[in-house]
Amino acid sequence: MEELIEKLKVQLIEQLNLEDMEPEDIDADEPLFGTGLGLDSIDALELIVLLEKEYGIKIQNPKDGQKVFFSLRTMAEFIKENQK
Amino acid sequence: MKKEALKIETYCMVKNNRIVVDGHLVFEDQDAVGLKAFAKTAYRHLKPSYNKFFKMDEISKLAFVAAEFLLKDVNLEKYKSEELSVVLSNSESTMVTDKNHQQSISDKDNFFPSPSVFVYTLPNIMIGEISIRHNMKGDNAFFIVENFNADLIANHINNLFLTNKSSAFIGGWVNYSDDKYEAFLYLASESGSILHNASEIEKIFKINH
Repeated sequence: MEELIEKLKVQLIEQLNLEDMEPEDIDADEPLFGTGLGLDSIDALELIVLLEKEYGIKIQNPKDGQKVFFSLRTMAEFIKENQK
Repeated sequence: MKKEALKIETYCMVKNNRIVVDGHLVFEDQDAVGLKAFAKTAYRHLKPSYNKFFKMDEISKLAFVAAEFLLKDVNLEKYKSEELSVVLSNSESTMVTDKNHQQSISDKDNFFPSPSVFVYTLPNIMIGEISIRHNMKGDNAFFIVENFNADLIANHINNLFLTNKSSAFIGGWVNYSDDKYEAFLYLASESGSILHNASEIEKIFKINH
């Protein structure tokens, strides 16, 4: 799990152009939206694309997004549960 | 109260890795390769602490940086945000970003369009980025024309001014194609010293071109 979280940190920085951020700056448990990293709605769409492109996982129910993308840890847990 | 004539208060040209404000070179980085690298060093020079900058496409970064340098010593807070308008133009629209987007959807087996690229496939998003940054909520327009057309921009801005739609305006040209970029922005208001008309705008544009 920790290895996947570290990989997600790098992917997040690259995909979302978090220019001034290093992987160690991101707390795996802090919220991705609102407070915490302060991502926006376009970032949310990018995360959906990232899941599909890099891990072959589609979010079938949009309502799941809020739970899945709460933090990097919840994302990693979702990937572990759903990756074939 | 009788209106003063509209005048050009300040102007900025960004081209060839140089930024010139009111005829003076204010920033240069000949080591930067390409617009993306140059816009980044120019941004860091001003240290505006605006992380959204890094999410913009190249042409929006160009417009953003030009506006930052243009307005560096200007106090826009004396105007209501509804009185601040932006009128821009170019010839290439957002062609570089359009091509990036096209590449991401050209292979049906690898079809992953990026939402953050797609949202920049319209030139008026440059106006949006400048407006958000500087709290400008007045009128706005973006014109696609073959070459910089001072008449078009001057007339449009003068009409907005004379019909009391706005009091201060950013006008100009922000263009980016695969191999070259150029931004020319000016601020027009009643406070300037150069009359806001096509021949004066054309003169400034050509001197700095």
